[in-house]
Amino acid sequence: MLAIDIISTLFMAAGALVMILGTLGLLKFPDFYTRLHATGKCDTLGQILIIFGCMIYEGFSFITIKLLFVTLFYLFAGPCSTHALMKAAYVTGVPVWKKGDKRM
Amino acid sequence: MILPFVAVGIIIACTILVCSYRAIFGPGTFNRIVAVNMIGTKAIVLLVIVGYIGERPQFVDVALMYAAISFIGTLIIAKYAERGEICSR
Amino acid sequence: MEMTVAFSPEDIKSENRTFRFVLTFSVMFIFWLLLSAWSVYFPEPYDFTKISRGVFCALIVTLLTWEMFVPRRGDKVLMKVQRLIPYIGWEIWQIYLAALDVAKRILGILPIDPQIVEFDTPMLRSDFAFLTFATSITLTPGTITVLVDPERGRYTVHAIAKEPADSLTVDQGMQKYVGWVFMEESKEGEK
Repeated sequence: MLAIDIISTLFMAAGALVMILGTLGLLKFPDFYTRLHATGKCDTLGQILIIFGCMIYEGFSFITIKLLFVTLFYLFAGPCSTHALMKAAYVTGVPVWKKGDKRM
Repeated sequence: MILPFVAVGIIIACTILVCSYRAIFGPGTFNRIVAVNMIGTKAIVLLVIVGYIGERPQFVDVALMYAAISFIGTLIIAKYAERGEICSR
Repeated sequence: MEMTVAFSPEDIKSENRTFRFVLTFSVMFIFWLLLSAWSVYFPEPYDFTKISRGVFCALIVTLLTWEMFVPRRGDKVLMKVQRLIPYIGWEIWQIYLAALDVAKRILGILPIDPQIVEFDTPMLRSDFAFLTFATSITLTPGTITVLVDPERGRYTVHAIAKEPADSLTVDQGMQKYVGWVFMEESKEGEK
């Protein structure tokens, strides 16, 4: 196996691990706002890592430029949709979990 | 060099199944919106990986379009849940 | 959103319409060229039919959106772009730290103590500076922007523990960095 194969496999494995952690956070956290923390951050980074691994495997071609567009788009769209959901929940009145409350 | 792609694809497919638990049982509307948004993000990655396994580069175009449409869908659903209407004119 | 109507020749000249139209059209056309992928989808090189398709599509999109993307007046734009590039590098390092921090909180190594804080930023004034600062807060470990009030510059932020909240209100390192990138001075001159 060449060096490029090993490097791209490492990036994709790291991205898959981060996505597994994000899903565990979705199940484990006690409140809507904390679940958005886990989802918004881990999803964005995991996707960037996996698609970066695919880009390294491909080399220099036009497919790499398209994958770069997907990555750049999601780098700006991920936090924007997280903020929009958070604002909608805060204004509507979803209760905030403080330490010592029940799980909701 | 197909084996790492197949392994990552299977891992992400299992993660989608685990996310759908929160989509079915989440108490309230907003938990379900978050779970569906997350499934959409993972679907984009799965599209790119399946494109590499089957050696068809056209799947990357579909992934780009789906990313744009899923982002707009999440924004519109958040606006509707906040105000009760989309176009206030 | 204010609507300005141009009545005098000075207004029309200072809005630089031609420059905005040409810039938007060229960016859209280059984007179409990159997406149509010469060596993957078209085995023959480009000829007049294919390029005319690209010009047509870019022209339609430009006619609809040319007033939105490029602002009317901008002073010292090149220097702001030159200061923005190391900021993006610092931002990617913060994304990596954020994933590490969330991983530690999920696995149970660090505790969770969520709280909502509010603070003012008297330094930032333009729209693009507010946007950059809100996105950076969301990508930093432990905080997500909830509400932005652009008149007073008041940010409402949900933090997942005490340390990330303190790094925003007490240290104020990121606010000074964004203020330096967009070259905006503080209003009273005390911070």
